[in-house]
Amino acid sequence: MDQIADLLTSIPVLGVVFQLIGYLVDTVPVIAPIFVGLAAPIALGALCGIMNERSGIVNIGIEGMMLSAAFTGFLAAGLVAQAFGGGTPGPVLGVTVPILIGVAVAVVTGMLVSLLHAWLSISIRADQIISGTIINILAFGLTGYLNRLIITPNPRLGAGILQPWHPPQALVDLPVVGWLFTAFFAHGPIAISVLFAVIFLQVMLFRSRWGLRTRAVGEHPRAAETVGIDVIALRYRNVILGGIFAGLAGAYLTLEQSGSFQNGMTSGRGFIALAAVIFGRWTPLGAFGAALLFTASEALRVAIGLRPPTNELGDVLRAIPNEFYGALPYIVTIVVLVAAVGRSVAPAAVGQPYYREART
Amino acid sequence: MTSTTPKPDEQAPRTGSERRTELLQQVRTIASVPLASVLLALIVAALIILASSVVTTGSVNFGLPLVAYGALLQGALGSPQNTILQASPLVLGGLAVGIGFKAGLFNIGGYGQFVLGATAAAGVGSALSTAPGPIAIVAALLAGMVAGAAWGFIPGALKAWTGAHEVVTTIMLNSIAGAVIAYVILGPLLAPGYSFGRTGDLGNATLPILIGPNIHLGVVLAVLAVPAVWWLLYRSTLGFEIRSVGANPSAGRYAGMRPGFLIPFTMAFSGLLFGIAGSTEILGVSYFMIPSYGTSIGFDAIAVALLGRSHPFGIAVAALLFGALRAGAGLMQIQAQIPVEIVDVIQAVILLFLAADVVVRRLFRIRAAGAIVDVKTVTRSYGGRTP
Repeated sequence: MDQIADLLTSIPVLGVVFQLIGYLVDTVPVIAPIFVGLAAPIALGALCGIMNERSGIVNIGIEGMMLSAAFTGFLAAGLVAQAFGGGTPGPVLGVTVPILIGVAVAVVTGMLVSLLHAWLSISIRADQIISGTIINILAFGLTGYLNRLIITPNPRLGAGILQPWHPPQALVDLPVVGWLFTAFFAHGPIAISVLFAVIFLQVMLFRSRWGLRTRAVGEHPRAAETVGIDVIALRYRNVILGGIFAGLAGAYLTLEQSGSFQNGMTSGRGFIALAAVIFGRWTPLGAFGAALLFTASEALRVAIGLRPPTNELGDVLRAIPNEFYGALPYIVTIVVLVAAVGRSVAPAAVGQPYYREART
Repeated sequence: MTSTTPKPDEQAPRTGSERRTELLQQVRTIASVPLASVLLALIVAALIILASSVVTTGSVNFGLPLVAYGALLQGALGSPQNTILQASPLVLGGLAVGIGFKAGLFNIGGYGQFVLGATAAAGVGSALSTAPGPIAIVAALLAGMVAGAAWGFIPGALKAWTGAHEVVTTIMLNSIAGAVIAYVILGPLLAPGYSFGRTGDLGNATLPILIGPNIHLGVVLAVLAVPAVWWLLYRSTLGFEIRSVGANPSAGRYAGMRPGFLIPFTMAFSGLLFGIAGSTEILGVSYFMIPSYGTSIGFDAIAVALLGRSHPFGIAVAALLFGALRAGAGLMQIQAQIPVEIVDVIQAVILLFLAADVVVRRLFRIRAAGAIVDVKTVTRSYGGRTP
């Protein structure tokens, strides 16, 4: 067996491909838990995007929604912890009252910012891309302003972070199941909830009355209206509910991953989420897969740094500049977008304001 | 949409005074909503500053907004050259986004086009640092223009030929540009002998200072770009085609215009303007490029273009306003302890009122056209259907 492997990997050019496969098989189990965790905010952001776009509203403001939720969640948790104490992590997954309040505030923030987006896009019928742009600029400016005003003079502000779950050793030892368990569930509560949120939304979107109505409103609002669906109300509801996911994504960044807030700390994750929506063809499962794929390239970069591959593969991978891995998700998105346009198109009514009165 | 359709000259020659009143009327119609939005945004920001005084001092300080705005004005007008210097890249970026709007395109890729232009100019400029000044400067500027235009051309071509929407592709290309400049500046362009990664000294490629302590040649380019873009848009056949395709792609196509050429051209031109902005910032202001160069020019330019209603002269005015805010913000932070980020907030709130122009018009009883009328075709094509 080893001889065959040696033979395969020593073929000129093609051998490097086999070496890569071998390397991935070796390292993926090790890095998988890391990149599932990294994918959590992107997948949550993508769920927010799906809720919007399936109802016919473009949302490029996911980034701003996440950023503002990350800020308010951190601020609320920190202030509560400062006033009432609560620095020690809770017994179950590090859950404490301040952190719970922080997560709740983050979710409400996500919903409020989404309400602004809904109002601008649905009632005012402003251009939806402009509306998203405004949300991004406003979130960046306001969080930056308040950060310097409130958090900078108070550097010890913070409420700690949620702790990862450690699955029982008996489970981890199971052959494949154990690995899957570690990969998907050895995280903090928000990252764990992502998988359930994805499956829940997938089922709801394609197997429930609400899902059918949502898709109808996104594809052909006039037809939906004629069968008695309140297009405006449903769009409002879905956009605001979508804000929950953006809020959770923000809470993940400050209350589960880092425990602090920096200006612009979403650093483009909201935009990657937007790409994940498209890559995943506007389905929750697809978007989750896309988010995993995107963070896998980041994880691969880390892995190459930690466990440098040997042989010719090592030479090849070292020749590829480090920055390439950072750009890979974006390159892949463009390629997919170019290749998929025509076959995988957005909900038909996306981006078009709805007028109840007759007007094409 | 109708406002973008070029109007034929209507009547027989008019007298000078008639023309003047008509022009005034037009300016009033166009400028009333943006002006009202700016006013409202300043009021909102004043309220935010009031609320901040509660946070920082524990009591409401009613004088604080006045102190803050006083310092802002003093900072902006006390040293007008700083205002002009801040406005210069905003003019170029605003024109870039504005011409995109006219063609029905939304260029959010300003960041990428700007930093790539800046990096190319820094690279060529440092390579030619000992060459004769004019040659080095022209070559560095050209490099920046080509790099910016190329980065703008990609999403344009993708949109025209495959239907991939430019909003998504330009956002992706921004991140790719960040990776590219990090690689190039830490690789081939890395200047030895510094404790941090940066490009080499510019030497003779530095833009000459023309007026006062810091008004460089790039400011002149920005000023000249305003009439140039106006001429292109409103006096040339190409501009007519750009505006027609932007206002109604199908009508444009039936009239024999070629979106397959016009869309990539407009995006490349837009990128070229961002490229000039990036190169002049490096060659005239910061003199070298670093891999983590941070700028919010991409979004600022969108704000400028929207406030200026995509018209070159409106954009120039809007850029001066935002330039003044940025130039004065430093002094405001020192004198009133109001973080400079309030400028970003003001900018966003102005946009908010522009987008929610219905509210603004009702408040001020303005009977004018909506504020953002040029962007309608942009979002309609988002779903991947070619316009």
